[in-house]
Amino acid sequence: MRVRIFVSLKKGVLDPQGKAIERSLHTFGYNEVQDVRVGKFLELEVDAASREGAEARVREMCDKLLANPVIEDYRFEISKE
Amino acid sequence: MRWGVITFPGSCDDHDVLDCLKTDLGQKVKVLWHKDELAGNFDCIVLPGGFSYGDYLRCGAMARFSPIMRGLMKFAQSGGLVLGICNGFQILCESGLLPGALVRNSGLQFVCQPVHLRVEETDTPFTSSLKKGQLLRMPVKHGEGCYYADPRTLESLRKNRQILLRYVDVKGKPAAGANPNGSVENIAGICNPARNVFGLMPHPEDACSALLGSEDGAKLFMSIAAVCADRVPPHA
Repeated sequence: MRVRIFVSLKKGVLDPQGKAIERSLHTFGYNEVQDVRVGKFLELEVDAASREGAEARVREMCDKLLANPVIEDYRFEISKE
Repeated sequence: MRWGVITFPGSCDDHDVLDCLKTDLGQKVKVLWHKDELAGNFDCIVLPGGFSYGDYLRCGAMARFSPIMRGLMKFAQSGGLVLGICNGFQILCESGLLPGALVRNSGLQFVCQPVHLRVEETDTPFTSSLKKGQLLRMPVKHGEGCYYADPRTLESLRKNRQILLRYVDVKGKPAAGANPNGSVENIAGICNPARNVFGLMPHPEDACSALLGSEDGAKLFMSIAAVCADRVPPHA
């Protein structure tokens, strides 16, 4: 199964990268843009008997390693391929 | 007094710590390889600066799962002294031995400069030889040194007096201009509630000789050595 994980910074955590990108977009004339936040995207191939089984394991992986709960939130999608 | 210094793949300041402790301060030090299980008696184990695992995923995120960390966690939980410098501080936060997290410097740039630090608490083995309000001068060199903790954690740090060092200006004021990385409340170093685990972003091992411009780092190491002189070291 193909897993797509999106890790993002929690609200309240300063994102200077996001701010710098926002400024660049404004410089290019895209002044309608606000509140740019930069996150992470991970893709995995997971061998699992069931979708529920895969979800439980992926959640564990995110909680233990892939996201730092002090500063990050995550969500993920699972598809057959 | 027996020191241990852990080398992770990508650690680089393990050599600086070794040099400082052995050559400048005449201490007994053992270098520990991250893949080995922790064995032997130690008074204080140092997690040094550098770029363990290339800072991949997040700084310190993967080092916390090295085999040696199993023993290090037990050592810390049984009261052994642990000192995390820079990347070491990041590893301690990732492992949960210290609260909060270190994120990208608010100015986005890698900073490499001397800073002034103010000693906030002296009832810890790391700061017991120092005076409250004393100023120390040592270098920082990091890209991800901005300390972050949510309001509830900050409240707890204040209540338990776990903030040990703050970035200050030459007059000892925690001004914004004295903060090299945007750390909340100018926090440069904290300890755990049990006061046996200490993490700081600045590098005391680079301030251990007049040749390097400051000997203030030596004061931290010798404070630890003084406390351990009378102790029976816990088994690893």
